Amino acid sequence: MTLLLLFNITNGLIVGAFYVLMALGLSLILNLSNVINFAHGGFLVIGGYIAYTITPYVGFWGALLLAPPLTAIIGLVVERVLIRPLYGRDPLYSLLLTFGLAFMIEDGTRFIWGPQGKPVTIPPFLSAPLSNELFFVTGYRLFMVAVVIVAVALLFVLLRYTRLGIRIRAGTLDLETVAALGINVQMLRSLNFAVGIFLAGLSGVLAAGQLGLEPTMGTGLLMPSFIAIIVGGIGSLPGTLIGGLLIGVASGITAVFFPAASEAVIYVLMAVILLTRPRGLFGEEGMMS
Amino acid sequence: MKDRLTRNWIVLAGIWTVLLLAPYWMAPLGGYTALATRVIVLGLAAMSLNFLLGFTGVLSFGHAAWFGLGAYGAGLTLKYLALSTPLAVIAGMLLGGLCGAVLGALLVRRRGVYFAMVTIAFGQVFYYIAFQWSSLTGGDDGLRGFSRQPIDLGLFKLDILSNANSFYYFVLFCFAVVVGAMGFILRSPFGRTMIAIRENERRSRFLGIPVERHIWIAFTLSCFFMASAGALYALVNNFADPRGLHYSQSGDFVMMAVMGGMRSFWGPLLGAAVFVVLQDYLSSITVNWMSFVGLLFVLVVLFFPRGLLGFLQRSKA
Repeated sequence: MTLLLLFNITNGLIVGAFYVLMALGLSLILNLSNVINFAHGGFLVIGGYIAYTITPYVGFWGALLLAPPLTAIIGLVVERVLIRPLYGRDPLYSLLLTFGLAFMIEDGTRFIWGPQGKPVTIPPFLSAPLSNELFFVTGYRLFMVAVVIVAVALLFVLLRYTRLGIRIRAGTLDLETVAALGINVQMLRSLNFAVGIFLAGLSGVLAAGQLGLEPTMGTGLLMPSFIAIIVGGIGSLPGTLIGGLLIGVASGITAVFFPAASEAVIYVLMAVILLTRPRGLFGEEGMMS
Repeated sequence: MKDRLTRNWIVLAGIWTVLLLAPYWMAPLGGYTALATRVIVLGLAAMSLNFLLGFTGVLSFGHAAWFGLGAYGAGLTLKYLALSTPLAVIAGMLLGGLCGAVLGALLVRRRGVYFAMVTIAFGQVFYYIAFQWSSLTGGDDGLRGFSRQPIDLGLFKLDILSNANSFYYFVLFCFAVVVGAMGFILRSPFGRTMIAIRENERRSRFLGIPVERHIWIAFTLSCFFMASAGALYALVNNFADPRGLHYSQSGDFVMMAVMGGMRSFWGPLLGAAVFVVLQDYLSSITVNWMSFVGLLFVLVVLFFPRGLLGFLQRSKA
């Protein structure tokens, strides 16, 4: 029983780590640009398939290094061509556009790579279990969690100490003033979008190694990421981080006792939190209105 | 002023003539009556959403939930409770509307994208319930095993089950009742207040309008209208589908409203007609229809953000 519980909590943490990567990217874009990026799951899939395509040439490590920036470049182009004209218009439009884009990406990847799942080969030393007792703790899983931790730490360092990060945070609070201070807001939004998409691409590569690739995998991760953001409090990145881990673990634990509800429990969690604390765990007053 | 009034009456008469005669002009154009019925029902859904979206300016992206609840309410009533079509429509409407009213009370303080996000997430709750509770809802396969029942009018029976035309007129009747209610509300002082909130929320608040309560009422009404469309949709297919509750269905409804023109009362109906016919056509000629629907979203947003009616009105002016 303890082992089963431990297994599911570990699982939950790992799934939660994925949610965190997805949700942090979504959150960045939402906070600065007021855009709900429905295509975020699509970019995750693109990242995964890029990794799948280049792995035979550059190996797993090369793919891990190259696929996220390549995805970010695609994201940059999308932002520049499609999303930039919509800033300042009703947020409805960017929502609809990314919604359509998600359709196109899902169908496009199916068209290019086929509907069947594709495996991405990971280095053999990572796929072996570390001990017989804890069979589920494979090297790859630990590795994934480590990568997520490093990525999240780097993101917070970027936001806290670099000029770009400080500007992003300032823009989240008051974009008008930031613009009045002579900062190129368009550029800021583009870079911020690219950072968000980079994280989606990274989670795509990691997910590909663990679960294999399917054109629909992004859509499945999108909703939990939304909930991670809502639970953590819209506008707060640390909140998103905690929210993602929390719903991951919650659904992991529920899977032990009541498997059918393992996906529904995160919605229950959201409802409870919104009822007791309407702005989410770490949301600031006023950010949600 | 008088000119505009007469013009409005002519337009209205034109719309209803087209709708009333649809079974007769659809067939020669290569359509079929069932397609017209679907357009009317989905058009009603899009108009219900637009009641909130276009006239109160509140961005709900989870409205498929109320649509789907209406469908399940009607289906479950027919399957387990009573073999009565009118009762099923009313039950569906109540189920969706009441759930909407309760959730609406939780949501009214949110605005803009945040409102959208929370409505999407809560909408998915109902999708999961329908999906997981297989013993009641049929789960992934949807709710089957019920069919719409003939309506006993006392003097004669209206056979809406096998006669496509009678069913069309039954749906059109329901459509007229709901749309009439919508138009009536929009013309009332309450409807004017909704538009005032859309135009300038802060100013409305300063004028002493209880904004939250108005938004909640508008949301609730919109949910009731939406659920009635959902109930009719279950009757159209004799089937309720969990995907009818999914957020991608909400996206389709928003698209219909935007494509037709959010600022006009009848725009969403036009949008629904174009959307349904286009989807029908695309899925018959290509397996990649999803890409084309996605492309449609992108193109409409970038080039026709005011919708077909908005575009026509501007080019006329």
